[in-house]
Amino acid sequence: MGDATAVIGVGQTKYSAARDDVSMPGLVREAALRALEDAGLSFADIDAVVLGKAPDVFEGVMMPELFLADALGAAGKPMFRVHTAGSVGGSTALVAASLVQGGIHERVLTVAFEKQSESDTMWALAPKIPFNPPVVAGAGGYFAPHIREYIRRTNAPDHIGMKVAVKDRLNALKNPYAHLQIPDISLESVMASPMLWDPIRYLETCPSSDGACAMVLASEDAATRAPNPPAWIHATAMRSEPIAVAGRDEVSPQAGLDCAADLYGQAGITDPRSEIDVVEMYVPFSWYEPMWLENLGFAEEGGGWKMVDDDATTLEGELPVDPSGGVLSSNAIGASGMIRFAEAALQVRGMAGEHQVDGARIGMGHAYGGGSQFFAMWIVGREKP
Amino acid sequence: MPRPVAIVGFAQSGSLRRDDRNEPEMIAPVVTEALERSGVPRREIGFTCSGSSDFLAGQPFSFVAGLDAIGAWPPIRESHVEMDGAWALYEAWVRLQHGDLDSALVYGFGRSSMGDLGEVLSLQLDPYTVGPLWPDAVSLAALQARALIDTGRADERALAEVAARSRRDAASNPHAQVTGDHDPEALLREPYVADPLRKHDLPPISDGAAAIVLAAGDLVAKVAQRPVWIRGIDHRIEAHSLGARDLTRSPSTTLAGHRAGVHEATPDLAELYAPFSHQELILRDALGLPDGVTINPSGGALSANPIMAAGLVRIGEAASRLAANGASRAIAHATSGPCLQQNLVCVLDTEAA
Repeated sequence: MGDATAVIGVGQTKYSAARDDVSMPGLVREAALRALEDAGLSFADIDAVVLGKAPDVFEGVMMPELFLADALGAAGKPMFRVHTAGSVGGSTALVAASLVQGGIHERVLTVAFEKQSESDTMWALAPKIPFNPPVVAGAGGYFAPHIREYIRRTNAPDHIGMKVAVKDRLNALKNPYAHLQIPDISLESVMASPMLWDPIRYLETCPSSDGACAMVLASEDAATRAPNPPAWIHATAMRSEPIAVAGRDEVSPQAGLDCAADLYGQAGITDPRSEIDVVEMYVPFSWYEPMWLENLGFAEEGGGWKMVDDDATTLEGELPVDPSGGVLSSNAIGASGMIRFAEAALQVRGMAGEHQVDGARIGMGHAYGGGSQFFAMWIVGREKP
Repeated sequence: MPRPVAIVGFAQSGSLRRDDRNEPEMIAPVVTEALERSGVPRREIGFTCSGSSDFLAGQPFSFVAGLDAIGAWPPIRESHVEMDGAWALYEAWVRLQHGDLDSALVYGFGRSSMGDLGEVLSLQLDPYTVGPLWPDAVSLAALQARALIDTGRADERALAEVAARSRRDAASNPHAQVTGDHDPEALLREPYVADPLRKHDLPPISDGAAAIVLAAGDLVAKVAQRPVWIRGIDHRIEAHSLGARDLTRSPSTTLAGHRAGVHEATPDLAELYAPFSHQELILRDALGLPDGVTINPSGGALSANPIMAAGLVRIGEAASRLAANGASRAIAHATSGPCLQQNLVCVLDTEAA
């Protein structure tokens, strides 16, 4: 809903375990300047800045948007900070888009980042909160039981997760920004890697990355004057549900189902599998690809792993999923959702480089967070809706 | 011309030095009360947005538990800002501009009692060049106050008068934490905490929560007899580096106020989020508020300062006074960051949209 809005600039940093060469301001500025260059703009052209990142304890700076205002050219402008758990990169893009859709601004710079090397994410994710069960094993320990339940329900064979891990890492070889570059990855090497949280092996989990992603969002008038092709926003949706409510399905959460239904309704999509050309999906552990394929309506229950098994989600497949290499190849947590949204935009702009999906016209960006309870999604297209 | 949006419900917890309830326990009654006052059923709320800070709570994802307090089932459209609830209200106001939704629930909450607030707020500073020196918020405010006094635009007595008026007005506010009838002369005989600031110039340390319900479109007339309209709202940030700013001025407040339409008519009252007494004087200047405008009838942040909710409380307090027929136009203001780095200004009135 709202006014027509488009992505006219995308910028990413190289993702790696530790970007020791830059400070936090340097990191966000690197992504922001690349997005501005893509859009043919400078900081002076920007009306507002929207920043997103995951918990502040990941870097040890409280509300870091305050000190990053200088590096992002925000002085004298509105500066906004979003935090919605792992989905935050996606939510941040949606909040930024909302400013244009609501007619408030013409050009909004949105940036999401994480510099995990500043702190210890496993420690930060494992606080002892009174009367709450501790998540002492970090995110993998939290999600592994959900994956086991998916396998129990659908009788998915063991190799499905490993196939996703290989596919995403091969895709990452075509993405110069991707953190993990593992040219010799194979089913055998994934199987031989240590089991971290059964059934998640070392090579089936995301890395811990530093990095930032930025986009310039523009009104119709500003988009038509952009030097490169815009990606038009066809639909946006977000949904949240409590972490614990009786009857909640953590494997295929209602919030994900509702969010996708809202999204497809806005975009006029009735058969997502045939109408969407490429999906950038938030898959931090390999098994989440088949799980989200079902939650997002690309397959019936139990059909997600069959799509993986049939190679439907490879770069050349029927529905390419994570051609960028996905979260499995780069996970700057707060940025990971925005990277999904930005990569979907690059695909429909025809600017994805070596990992471009041929003829992609409709792309989907997906992010989730918390205990599979926060969802943010958008659909972007080559044509104005 | 933005779509008219009205404030149709407001509730706040009392501010306490230490509230031993956890966040959901603090939020639930406030949200329930705001919804009941609004007349908008919980399940019909179109959009929900909250503001809070992990560093105050001392844990990551501290806002997640908030969902347990608001009844987010079936799943809801919801977002969160790591900012004062006033900015959550801004996000909700923007969302209502799209035209497809007619109501929003906004809440902000914070428990400053969970840690050493002075140390926690030091972590807001540039972590490379300023943070390692651990300057606390009171010391930074004192530098700002000294700079202001050195310009000749204020003196310590003016600060004491702000404090005395605030604590006196707070006596009629059941949610206030610090009240009292003080003679400014007597206050000036107290020792400095951080020269030139004395204890009366400082806000209390508070735990608290607040919630506001917004409505737009046909819904407003259905639920509100005397709706309070958001006539304009804008927020601006300044450079973070203290040396790059004139700490005695607040150009971001001036700009936000101008864009929100502060200059279009003289308000009856203003609720300014000035955690330190001298900051009220800077903000009054920045907004060009003439004598005669009632400032902080609630007692302001000098009487209760639930960080992450206190800005939203200013908007709620201003709206409550308009809804009670006592006034027709008000300014509400929120701030964030060291020495008034970031500011939001909201213009409210009761004239028909």
